[in-house]
Amino acid sequence: MQPFTVLNGAAAALPIDNVDTDVIIRIERLTSLARDDLGPWAFEALRYRPDGGEDPAFVLNQPPWREAPILVAGRNFGCGSSREGAVWALLARGIRCVIAESFGDIFHANCFQNGVLPIRLAPEHIAHAQAACTAGAQWTVDLRSQRITLGDGGTLRFDIDPLRREALLEGLDDIGRTLRLGDAIAAWQARDRTNRPWIWPDTATAPTPI
Amino acid sequence: MTAPSTPTAAARTLFDKVWDAHVVQSLGDGWDLLHIDRHLLHDLSGTAGLRDLAERNLSVRNPELAFATPDHAVSSAPGRTGETFAGGARLYHGLKLLTRRAGIRLFDLGQPGQGIVHVMGPELGIVQPGMTLICGDSHTCTNGALGAIAFGVGSSELTHALASQTLVLRRPHTLRVRFDGRTREGVGAKDLALALIARLGASAGTGFAVEYAGEAVSAMEVEQRMTLCNLSIELGARIGMVAPDDKTVAYLLGRPHAPHGAAFAAAAAHWRTLAGDTGAVYAREERIDAAAVEPTLTWGTSPEHAMAVNARIPDPADAANAAQQQAWQAALDYMGLAPNARLEGTRVDRVFIGSCANSRLSDLREAAALIRGRRVAQHVRAWIVPGSENVKRAAQDERLDDVFRAAGFEWREPGCSMCVAANGEQAAPGERVVSTSNRNFVGRQGPGARTHLASPASAVAAALAGAITDPRSF
Repeated sequence: MQPFTVLNGAAAALPIDNVDTDVIIRIERLTSLARDDLGPWAFEALRYRPDGGEDPAFVLNQPPWREAPILVAGRNFGCGSSREGAVWALLARGIRCVIAESFGDIFHANCFQNGVLPIRLAPEHIAHAQAACTAGAQWTVDLRSQRITLGDGGTLRFDIDPLRREALLEGLDDIGRTLRLGDAIAAWQARDRTNRPWIWPDTATAPTPI
Repeated sequence: MTAPSTPTAAARTLFDKVWDAHVVQSLGDGWDLLHIDRHLLHDLSGTAGLRDLAERNLSVRNPELAFATPDHAVSSAPGRTGETFAGGARLYHGLKLLTRRAGIRLFDLGQPGQGIVHVMGPELGIVQPGMTLICGDSHTCTNGALGAIAFGVGSSELTHALASQTLVLRRPHTLRVRFDGRTREGVGAKDLALALIARLGASAGTGFAVEYAGEAVSAMEVEQRMTLCNLSIELGARIGMVAPDDKTVAYLLGRPHAPHGAAFAAAAAHWRTLAGDTGAVYAREERIDAAAVEPTLTWGTSPEHAMAVNARIPDPADAANAAQQQAWQAALDYMGLAPNARLEGTRVDRVFIGSCANSRLSDLREAAALIRGRRVAQHVRAWIVPGSENVKRAAQDERLDDVFRAAGFEWREPGCSMCVAANGEQAAPGERVVSTSNRNFVGRQGPGARTHLASPASAVAAALAGAITDPRSF
């Protein structure tokens, strides 16, 4: 996983609430494409017209924001399906940071497993940030200082769980760290076999071929 | 036999009791390493997770706690095989191969047990009260109807759980939703869920685990509670639960993967201790008058765009703010609807009865009972997709398939079908679908497809009338 420390670049405003993960990436693309190839299909329903041509009204089709690594969204971004492909599609599109009023819980968790920084801001700060997404403006998102420097020169501080911040800065996902706790897991399981033997298929239940 | 407990004297919620009992280690700042008791795998995310694990040179820690079945990317066409939908064949064969290698029990196409993961889990007794259960599928919350903490995960968390049988999680807040009073005739769990989401909004549950309670929930059968819990994620909540009661215990008795004999008695005694204590504190509480809920359908492109069947379609001019106004207008444009018009009478092209929200035997019985010798409207293509092989066989034993076929419905094979539309089963652009599924997102049932979420009763009424109709008047 690529670490996240400081990100510089343009920020695109997507002031729509409830952008779901089906809209971020259609399920059919995930059954047929490798994750690095998903970029052209991110936000497919918003980006392309029925005839297949780009919709010039969609922000990521407009020259100042085609390569924007920062997205400023609305409320409940990434709601719906658990598909981690939604994060992969953003990454393949070059987006490393999404700023929103709130996120779908599963999408939010998935971001941290892939080096994407989801930032929650209060509604008034979201409004400010969206207004500051002007053409040519360069932003800086600094995870070390937990500070966003907006294109208009303003700055916004953001909160993030210390555990998540540390993992992003170091580029670590959870698996390696958890596997070091193997003894604690084994001990819990041994206790549980005594406390709740029926939970453990080889001891308490007799699954019969049906 | 003592139930697992933590040393606390405070009154605890159902959620607290189950969560606390699964903490392997506290990681600080509200984070816990949580044990996962059951893992359901399907062809889409399960195959990918098992591959990912192999690529990392890791193995499945507890294959006996995982159960697999193909559902997402398989065809539901009569006579189907794992290759009927060519795009899913690689996933289907991958799931078979990788589960066999890992020693994970797979319920294959045509075998009892195969079905939509969240129909399969409860029906086989794989999910039980007090468990933690995950699946790479956001509607895993369905299984919370039995009093489990059940939730969907992405690919990375899925791999993490396969390797360690745990997840690193931040404890969510608790939200109790009470449905007071009894539902009216013709109003079911789906209507309550949609009315709740319309009232609170699609992000109200973000960061929360929901406990459903109240007279209407107590009165529900376990399968209806599954429908209610199924839509928790559409409220924004990863977890939805109902406290186990006599109905839960009766539901599990005799299920093949539930405990048997003395083990069942011990388990049931534990299950009965799980309900929230009197005085337990929830971070948020909401109350809904269940008796005031009408048959409810969605009109727009978010589950929060739901309305009583006999109401008028909202006007963006009445929206609370500019963002909502824009969202409503975009939804009306996509759906091809006019503000202030009646939803009733809107002509439909297709009807889909299926999905992990509404495809169980009780749903099919309810649907069949409404037909009463009538036929699907000429211009409507209507599908019944039973939730599992067991549901299909039980329905056929009752001759429900004959009732549906005689009325002009297509009776199909179990799977996710048109709900996820990852299996070639889609509506055409512009087609209007009344669907018993759970997502009406833009393009969910196919590019340009227009979805109205509804109960099985409303779906049957729409199929027979050829238009959206109040099921009580039909």
